[in-house]
Amino acid sequence: MNDTTNRNPLTRLRDGYSSFSDSLHDRWATAPRWARWVVYLVLIVVAIILPADGIGSFMSPYTDWPTLLFFPIGGYILLAIGLNVVVGQAGLLDLGYVAFFAIGGYAMAIFGTKMHMDFWEILVVGVLLSAVSGIILGAPTLRLRGDYLAIVTLGFGEIVRIVAQNTDYIGGPNGIGGIPHPPTLTEWTVPDNGFFDAIGLGGVQPFKYGALDGKPYYYLMLLVIVLAIIFSKRLENSRVGRAWASIREDEDAAELMGVPTFKFKLAAFAIGAAIGGAGGVVYASQAVSIIPNNFPFILSATILAAVVLGGSGNLPGVMLGAFLVAWIPERIRGLQEYRVLVFGGVLVLLMVFRPEGLLPSRRRKAELAEGEGGMGGLGAEVGGPVTVAAGEVGE
Amino acid sequence: MRSRLITVVGVVAASATLALGASACGGNSKGGGDNVTIGFMGDLTGENSGIVIPPKQGAQLAIDQYNATNPKVKITLKTYDSQGKGEQAVPLAKQAITKDKIAGLIGPTFSSESAQADPVLEEGKLPNISSSATNAALATHGWKYWHRLIANDNVQGAGIGEFISNGLKAKKVFIIHDNSEYGKPLGETVKATVEKAGAQTSEDAIDPNGSDFSATVNKVKAFAPDAIFFGGYYSAGGKLIKQLREGGVKARFLSGDGSLDQGLAKGAGGTNADGSIIGCPCLIDPSGTASAASKKFAEDYKAKFHADPAIYSAEGYDAATAFIEAVKAGNTTPEKINDFLTKVDKPGVSKEIKFQSNGEPTATDVYVYEVKGTQLPLLGSAKNATVK
Amino acid sequence: MNTLFSQFWPYTIDGLSLGAIYALVALGYTMVYGVLRLINFAHSEIFMIGTFGVLGALHLFGMPSNVGGFALVGLVLALAVVGGVASGGSAVILEYVAYRPLRRNNASRLAALISAIGASLFLQQLFARLVIPQAFGLPKEKGALPVQGHFVRRTDVIHIGGFELSNDRLIVIVGAVLMMVLLDLFVNRTKLGRGIRATAQDPETAVLMGVNIDRIVTATFALGGAMAGVAAALYMLRFEETKFDVGFLLGIKAFTAAVLGGIGNLRGSLIGGIVLGLIEMYGSAVFGSEWQNVVAFSVLVLVLMFRPTGILGESLQQARA
Repeated sequence: MNDTTNRNPLTRLRDGYSSFSDSLHDRWATAPRWARWVVYLVLIVVAIILPADGIGSFMSPYTDWPTLLFFPIGGYILLAIGLNVVVGQAGLLDLGYVAFFAIGGYAMAIFGTKMHMDFWEILVVGVLLSAVSGIILGAPTLRLRGDYLAIVTLGFGEIVRIVAQNTDYIGGPNGIGGIPHPPTLTEWTVPDNGFFDAIGLGGVQPFKYGALDGKPYYYLMLLVIVLAIIFSKRLENSRVGRAWASIREDEDAAELMGVPTFKFKLAAFAIGAAIGGAGGVVYASQAVSIIPNNFPFILSATILAAVVLGGSGNLPGVMLGAFLVAWIPERIRGLQEYRVLVFGGVLVLLMVFRPEGLLPSRRRKAELAEGEGGMGGLGAEVGGPVTVAAGEVGE
Repeated sequence: MRSRLITVVGVVAASATLALGASACGGNSKGGGDNVTIGFMGDLTGENSGIVIPPKQGAQLAIDQYNATNPKVKITLKTYDSQGKGEQAVPLAKQAITKDKIAGLIGPTFSSESAQADPVLEEGKLPNISSSATNAALATHGWKYWHRLIANDNVQGAGIGEFISNGLKAKKVFIIHDNSEYGKPLGETVKATVEKAGAQTSEDAIDPNGSDFSATVNKVKAFAPDAIFFGGYYSAGGKLIKQLREGGVKARFLSGDGSLDQGLAKGAGGTNADGSIIGCPCLIDPSGTASAASKKFAEDYKAKFHADPAIYSAEGYDAATAFIEAVKAGNTTPEKINDFLTKVDKPGVSKEIKFQSNGEPTATDVYVYEVKGTQLPLLGSAKNATVK
Repeated sequence: MNTLFSQFWPYTIDGLSLGAIYALVALGYTMVYGVLRLINFAHSEIFMIGTFGVLGALHLFGMPSNVGGFALVGLVLALAVVGGVASGGSAVILEYVAYRPLRRNNASRLAALISAIGASLFLQQLFARLVIPQAFGLPKEKGALPVQGHFVRRTDVIHIGGFELSNDRLIVIVGAVLMMVLLDLFVNRTKLGRGIRATAQDPETAVLMGVNIDRIVTATFALGGAMAGVAAALYMLRFEETKFDVGFLLGIKAFTAAVLGGIGNLRGSLIGGIVLGLIEMYGSAVFGSEWQNVVAFSVLVLVLMFRPTGILGESLQQARA
């Protein structure tokens, strides 16, 4: 262990990346307010020109880039932000997050087709409904700890899907078709002049929701994502966020210090559910038809993978994780039937080399370094130095 | 934020290398002269690709035969692998319309992906002909560009139901479905049809991903039916037959087009599936007994792919033929091709290639097949076929 | 409801034989969880590999047909060994590749869970795309479809009135219970078993007492995997077919069974598996099979509300936060 030069190149690469992202983290933390705002502004501008053809032809040569940006990329990012509230901030393992996405989607479908409500009204109703269902799920089960909660949430996700499948009023396995698109806000068209053509937006009608152009939906999703980011960031830095952190780090200690843990856990569930529900409403408004099998367990697992891969608890990390998880399988379409295989392997490799995620939260990292929350205390502080050295001699 | 950029660049570089390696097999060669591209969309690599590859090969055969005649305008077939999932079919459909600018699309092959992708095709004004999406609701949206060359589940369910009541004279029928958007409506139609003919019914559902159907088997045993209809796909159907027979249920087993595959008999094991009747609005006729066209198709297909024509391969061939006829008549734009499709009328391999104004085929034949060993010989039309 | 009464014995026997397989698979989850506090999501794929090991062996030595009587018992024993070796071995490799590096880095358990999900996808696809088409000579697009083998001659060994017990169900139930007893003895009576229990209870102290953690973890995966392999052999006896995602649903059910009985508790797995199997069968009889999973998960929630650590509680280690 004393000579670092002897270590294999992959480990060195990993350490290099680690120190690089650390220094970046420091610079960001000390950056003046105006510098941060400049970065935010640049990011938003980048997000707006992202669906341009020039970018799309490289990012997604096999399938329509703006639609991909809407879903799965945008959709996964929104869901990951929501799940991050539950998993990353409050430290509750939820394996059935897709249920709230489904509830939002079905809210859009039912209210849109049967009661002819407007998209914007349904967005409000759907978010509220999902939040309520989060409370309904949480109230009896949040007293459970850790992995018991995980299996119960997994069960909840399956129950929601199967009930949708078995209920004829909402179409059973046929699902619901003919879901209306959001009403056109304005026919305004981006001017077709040289500048906008150059950035690939000339002639786009960003507020007209048809079936063919994916860009307006992408901007809609972008808006919801930005709102979710602001909301989640404000929460993180508030009393609620601190309470969640204390629950995540040590629930018993938090309770003893007077934090009403149950109430805050319930709040985390409701807020996470609300964001997932918003995602469902927006998704269904584009999809035209949804069926129960659009909401399988594997989607919950994928979103969880996105959160952990990016760096649970850290918003930019979580979003990056969601982006990669959504984008990689589409980008490697050229590999045809082997793409899921490659995707699974990449997931393992990333976790092996960067278990804290690509852009981890500082606080989580510190928690892990203390050895709490690690793999049953079987990590570094037990078998660590001695056995690693022995292993390397063996090699 | 730079680290994010760097990571993205890294991943992009990595995947670009991957894509380079793979681009050799996904090429879309644009040769000289006039060329029209027709797409084929469906589950080409997923779990149900076994029933999507045959229509793709059928379409490929039709187009290759056409190109071999050295026509003025050649046709290229471009495939879109939707994995049978709507969320993948939608962006692919947009890509096909806006980037690839194809002139027509065969597919999407399944009903659920069609429900999501067809509105896009409609707005994108891309004529599409599905060779296997049989959900009845698809025809009710007033789509102008949507067509299919296969009778829907209501027609199929009614056909099979009539056969159960008239051909088999069954009085007690047990309906099992797999709770899918395909199996359930089909099962319900069969149920309604046999009930109208005076039969007594009961029903249950299975989870096609499960392996233990004994709860359903016990229910069937308690009901003691003369005939069992299963709405679902053959991979579950085979297991179901096996467990029914092992449970001592001897009633005749029937199913729909989703079970029309040799896999049904193989899954059932031994002679368990023998005598089962499978209905399908499709024509599978490897021995070419149905017509001269069917015989020629079977021979050509065998010569090209070294396999017998399988499910929907004739329909895939016919769908491609519809587009070929349009191109032959001098239509190369989606709009003109779609206009041509409203009046096309040509004998195909499986049926008359002719559409009603809502896009449904005019032909409504349902054929029944009997399982014999692992073979599925054609019994005849559901209206008048009989069994020993 | 009527069906349940008229077919009570068949439902019960089917529930027991289904539950026995759940229980054996649940052991793998419960042991790994007991020692590492890790939900080994890829355990379902370990089971899947076992089924293909069994099927591969049958094909390799010439597919027998219509085996019955004592020959069947012997065949199942041999297949159980094959399945146990295939699954146990792959579980050890899985631990070495996908979990051990994370343990070294003291990664969060969540990271290990994602690694497990990745490994699960990888293994499923590996079999669907490469192994199955190659090993069974199938065209590629058929790799995702069920692969069959038919070798069992089913007979009723007991037949009293409405009570029928077929040979395959009997072997499944007896075999599973036997394996449970053997494992229980192993964990409670041998030195290695003591090491496993010690590590589950307090890993740090166990290390101080001279327990080699890596050896214990390897043994845990090997044993849990072997149990899944035996379950795979019994599964093949009962259903005679498998596919690349055969483990998915079964794995979720087995994990549910483990939690129901009290995760980390070996005897809890048996109870949990049997209870879950019976609930599923009775639930299907009363509400229809389409509600089977809803009934199962609802019962799980109910049980956990009143007994937050499952029916028997956690016993391999002390109750933890």
